[in-house]
Amino acid sequence: MTTEMAEPASKIELPAGVGGGGEIPTFHITLRVRRYNPEVSEEAAWEDHQLTMYGTDRVLDALHKVKWEIDGSLSFRRSCAHGICGSDAMRINGRNRLACKTLLKDLDTSKPITVEPIKGLPVEKDLIVDMEPFFQSFREVMPFLINKGHEPTKERLQSIEDRERFDDTTKCILCAACTSSCPVFWTDGQYFGPAAIVNAHRFIFDSRDDAGDMRLEILNDKEGVWRCRTTFNCSEACPRGIQVTQAIAEVKQAILGRKI
Amino acid sequence: MTAIQSPRSGKIAPQYKRSGGSKGNFEMLAWLFMRLSGVVLVVLIFGHLFVNLLVGEGIHAIDFGFVAGKWADPFWQFWDLAMLWLAMLHGTNGVRTIINDYAEKDATRFWLKVVLYAASAVIVILGTLVIFTFNPCPVVDGVQLPGGFCPAP
Repeated sequence: MTTEMAEPASKIELPAGVGGGGEIPTFHITLRVRRYNPEVSEEAAWEDHQLTMYGTDRVLDALHKVKWEIDGSLSFRRSCAHGICGSDAMRINGRNRLACKTLLKDLDTSKPITVEPIKGLPVEKDLIVDMEPFFQSFREVMPFLINKGHEPTKERLQSIEDRERFDDTTKCILCAACTSSCPVFWTDGQYFGPAAIVNAHRFIFDSRDDAGDMRLEILNDKEGVWRCRTTFNCSEACPRGIQVTQAIAEVKQAILGRKI
Repeated sequence: MTAIQSPRSGKIAPQYKRSGGSKGNFEMLAWLFMRLSGVVLVVLIFGHLFVNLLVGEGIHAIDFGFVAGKWADPFWQFWDLAMLWLAMLHGTNGVRTIINDYAEKDATRFWLKVVLYAASAVIVILGTLVIFTFNPCPVVDGVQLPGGFCPAP
């Protein structure tokens, strides 16, 4: 029995220059990972791995290659691996990014690619940090709908314009890339941080929510929005492209508008 | 060897715990003052530079007599007073912010602020005194100090 199958009708004719049999170009990289294991040593250290990677690979794939094929003790968080769960924020070549959204080919592969845990939070092991302080700030701004009116019998309706008002800040995935890129947070862990303010913004400017004043009062704290120095590190770090600094500025204005 | 505690969830290292405390609007007012005083200072400082360096003979006219003449006029007294106070408070608040941002220990932060506030207070008080008690033709022990523009005793 011959197993010859007909070519699918949708096959696209590729010019000769594009990959032989659809093969993806490979290249060599040096992955320089910050390793820390408190059960072995109190000191963190760099560890280099020479890897052959493909043009479609991301930093996360390189980490997987190390963990699955070279050193299973390498620890990092990742869940969905597609930029939605917000588990794998790390400092790649000195900038906070999601490992699953950073293609290796977009980085300078001629030099070692450095991968470190995000700054400002206590490192537990390798690339894993203690996120508890981050989530504590998030909880403190009450990131849930508070409505004092009667429970509607159907959904709470909202105009397109009202929804648009806070659309940007609904995109947050709580990866902590913004908060851990903030130089104020690096030296003062008590600062609420950009992520908590973004998530407060999402409800403060929601026309269906009635607790905006409470959230503004919480963020009027000395560790609240006034600690922001508008360095724009957070806006630059956000993997979802949220204009974080602008959201913080809007919360500042809302507090001023309410007090004066 | 360090044993990792378990479970860790729910525990927050002390440096992340907000100390609470001040519930007032001080930080908001400081933030607002910074912006407003900045705008006013731009006007005051460029007005000051324009009058001193460009009007009339410009920079060549500046001497002891020029300053004495300006401070004989209440308008310039208050202009300079506003400039002194706003610049000093603006600068002090800026340095206070920097100390808050960069000092890592509470004791360091406290003492740096003590030094800062003391230095600012000395300069503000001294400057205010000079502006209002300035006498271009002082007579010391019955002797007129030199100054061509002073009326003969």
